[in-house]
Amino acid sequence: MSNIVETTKLTKKDFESDQDVRWCPGCGDYSILANVQKVMPELGVPHENVVWVSGIGCSSRFPYYMNTYGFHTIHGRAPAIAMGVKIANPELSVWVVTGDGDGLSIGGNHLMHALRRNIDIKILMFNNRIYGLTKGQYSPTSEFGKQTKSAPTGAPDYPVDPASFAIGCSATFVARAVDTDAKLLNDILLRAAKHAGTAFMEIYQNCVVFNDGAFDGFADKTQKDEHQLRAIHGQPLIFGAQKNKGLRIDSRTLGLEVATIGEGGVTEKDILVHDETNSTLAYMLARMPFPQFPVAVGVLYAKERPSYDETVLEQVAAAKAKTKPDLQKLLASGNTWTV
Amino acid sequence: MAQQAQPGTVDSSGSKVKTLRGAVVRFAGDSGDGMQVTGTQFTAATALAGNDLATFPDYPAEIRAPAGTTYGVSGFQINFAATDVFTPGDSPDVLVAMNPAALKTNGKDLKRGGLLIVNTGAFTPQNLKKAGYETNPLETDAVDGYNLLAIDITKNTLSAVKETGISSKEANRCKNFWTLGLMFWIYGRELESTIKWIESKFAKEPMVAQANVLALKGGWAYGEAAEISHYRYEVPAAPVAKGTYRNIGGNQATALGIAAAAQLSGVPVVFGAYPITPASDILHDLSRLKAYGVTTVQMEDEIAAVCVSIGASYAGKLGITASSGPGIALKTEAMGLAIATELPLVIINVQRGGPSTGLPTKTEQADLLQAVYGRNGEAPLAVFAAASPGDCFYMTLEAVRFAVKYMTPVMLLTDGYLANGAEPWRVPNVADLPEIDVTFRTDPAGFHPFLRDPATLSRPWAVPGTPGLLHRIGGIERDYNSGNISYDPDNHEKMSKTRAAKIAGMTRDIPDQKMELGNDSGKLLVLGWGSTYGAIREAVARSRERGLDVSHAHVRYLNPFPKNLGELLTRFERVLVPEMNLGQLVKLLRTEYLVPAESFTKIKGLPFKIDEIEEKIRQVMES
Repeated sequence: MSNIVETTKLTKKDFESDQDVRWCPGCGDYSILANVQKVMPELGVPHENVVWVSGIGCSSRFPYYMNTYGFHTIHGRAPAIAMGVKIANPELSVWVVTGDGDGLSIGGNHLMHALRRNIDIKILMFNNRIYGLTKGQYSPTSEFGKQTKSAPTGAPDYPVDPASFAIGCSATFVARAVDTDAKLLNDILLRAAKHAGTAFMEIYQNCVVFNDGAFDGFADKTQKDEHQLRAIHGQPLIFGAQKNKGLRIDSRTLGLEVATIGEGGVTEKDILVHDETNSTLAYMLARMPFPQFPVAVGVLYAKERPSYDETVLEQVAAAKAKTKPDLQKLLASGNTWTV
Repeated sequence: MAQQAQPGTVDSSGSKVKTLRGAVVRFAGDSGDGMQVTGTQFTAATALAGNDLATFPDYPAEIRAPAGTTYGVSGFQINFAATDVFTPGDSPDVLVAMNPAALKTNGKDLKRGGLLIVNTGAFTPQNLKKAGYETNPLETDAVDGYNLLAIDITKNTLSAVKETGISSKEANRCKNFWTLGLMFWIYGRELESTIKWIESKFAKEPMVAQANVLALKGGWAYGEAAEISHYRYEVPAAPVAKGTYRNIGGNQATALGIAAAAQLSGVPVVFGAYPITPASDILHDLSRLKAYGVTTVQMEDEIAAVCVSIGASYAGKLGITASSGPGIALKTEAMGLAIATELPLVIINVQRGGPSTGLPTKTEQADLLQAVYGRNGEAPLAVFAAASPGDCFYMTLEAVRFAVKYMTPVMLLTDGYLANGAEPWRVPNVADLPEIDVTFRTDPAGFHPFLRDPATLSRPWAVPGTPGLLHRIGGIERDYNSGNISYDPDNHEKMSKTRAAKIAGMTRDIPDQKMELGNDSGKLLVLGWGSTYGAIREAVARSRERGLDVSHAHVRYLNPFPKNLGELLTRFERVLVPEMNLGQLVKLLRTEYLVPAESFTKIKGLPFKIDEIEEKIRQVMES
């Protein structure tokens, strides 16, 4: 990020607001909040230059709990409002908090366009696969057939996968983490902050009230090693409690398959190496079916491309270099006549 | 404004030139016939000749409707005179019909005794059929009562441009300039400015440029050669105030107002927009004014367009958005957010015919109640309206001035008629324009985001990036004393009343309602708003010439009303409110002042004619 400057070292406490946090006890949001507050001082951004923007939903209460500038806006529109903030003042470090409903249902359109424009904002999507604040209806990431208050006989919608949606929208930074994984959250937040463009982070977040345990299959401490695959650029895509499983390409179908190192002549050399600039690989990693495959976390995709704000600033600078504003002249432009 | 001949002068060719007070000319043809270009060039030459004028284009919603059809007809009307002109005119004195469909759709508007110029070359059996004529109307009594000038413009054009050797298809496209040349001859206009325009427009296609110039000259030469000098007229220059003038359309004026606001306030503008007829030209114009502190952002939808503007306002820039009916509907929720968070924002609504998609290219004033009331919750919004194309400039400045002073959204209503209509505009002296004062809060002492100025009740504009002012705002109700989230019932009532009082209190800065014409008391006040200005002004002027005790006032500040408006209304025996809707201002007036104001409405997607209002005034005065 271009706006990193040396400043007095801030601490986590500096980013804690005086407002009572009103999420349900045990909510995954607490863990994310604590990690974000911890990472913020590491950004080296002047305190007053940090802005958090959100839409509507449980996750969108986030800005109230951050001691920064904050704007709790309307349902789904946070990316568009954040874009206005960034265009107005490119020095600001602009962060968006959204949820699966806010970001992919009512606000799917704005999310898509923010991603393709590559405006320099950081988007945290808390994905709990349920509507929390409206008390438990299925969301656009809820699994097909999920029984909820609004779908007693099962959700008839097929879900969208946020990370692969983002890749499909030509996002330049797509990462994924689990709410309780402090280390990984820390890593991807810092990476996102340094990325000059839209950074999209999908965070699996447990809703204790309406969808408790939704991610236990891979998020639970006992399952994590076996069922999560931490993608690291330049390193083989290896996972498993024994660190002996890996992904490789089935050359006949061009699909991924799980191979066990040491079985059937498979060695580490046969395993795919993560290339975070390869959007096709990132897409495949994002969409691996669980539990046949592990859940990929970490930075799935990252590639620099000129950001929207950079391009706009360049155009404005070019216009200003070419034309010296003269309002009187502008008003009298075109055919004129004098009486 | 009839074509009444007065004792004339003698022109160079020796033929009599009749002097007219003014004339209304309409060009009508197929979408592909170049009628808008013809009209615009005729306007430029007319302005240079010193006439006062007003213009209005009328084009189909379809970009290229099938050739020869009635729904593919494109028109352009100009009213020019030796006296003040306030509207593009009622019925044309001269109609140029380039094909049967143009005659079919426009013929009925031509004044009895008016001059009808038709291109007989386009009156083919096929075109006649497409226009729905069973027989050629030029050979029937359909054109009786008009002065018919039937010319094979197609053939004349082809012959005029023959020497260039361009294809007959290209040659055929020069018809409009041939016609323009003839019209220039009829009204004694200089060809020079149009020749220059053609040469610059077609600089990369010299053959096309040459052909169009030859066509233009050919039309003029036809006038000289044919025995039609009895159709030659002179409209003397109008006595207008000294100054430098330019022609300006409403959207153009709005865009210039936005650029001027950025310059006058020293605060750059972020203009968020989504393309929509008839507002898009504001975006087009502004996208070329980056050097003037205007950043345009074409967003993914109307909601995003207003949201990006709100985000910019929050971060300390002037957030402005513009749209029309359906787009404004989509922006409604976000406008509520700006009202609740008390951020400056200007929303320009270039009204069109509705509801739903309605009549995208037609005009209407049916969004007034939506502007004043159309949001969830008690969400007061300041609403202003421009009265003429040039007035769009000044009212845009006003909208910005109030938005930043009162930290609130302001909606500016214009409409398709203002947006696309044009009039000569005296270029203002920048030094005479109002100042737009903006103060950003920087002092952390005692700060909270909803600390109010005791006089205006506006909150401080405290923008991200300012040390010591970290705070959170949002759409949830906030505490009067701290700005923190509050669900307290008494607090909500206090905040609701405060927000309402803030808007109501704008009257301290809103100029008193003035009279446009006539006494400030009497028998009848005709009270209008928006683009009906010209028609009402002229109708009242004519009525007064006939000795009727009638006055005209025009409301530019619709919410809140100027503080003297209620008292002004009581000084008239009757109040008549003409509107292009089913009676919206009249409802507001009755509600606010309990006056028996009478409604006079028109909702055809077309502006009022002067005659219609004049006739209504006569009826009211007699009843």
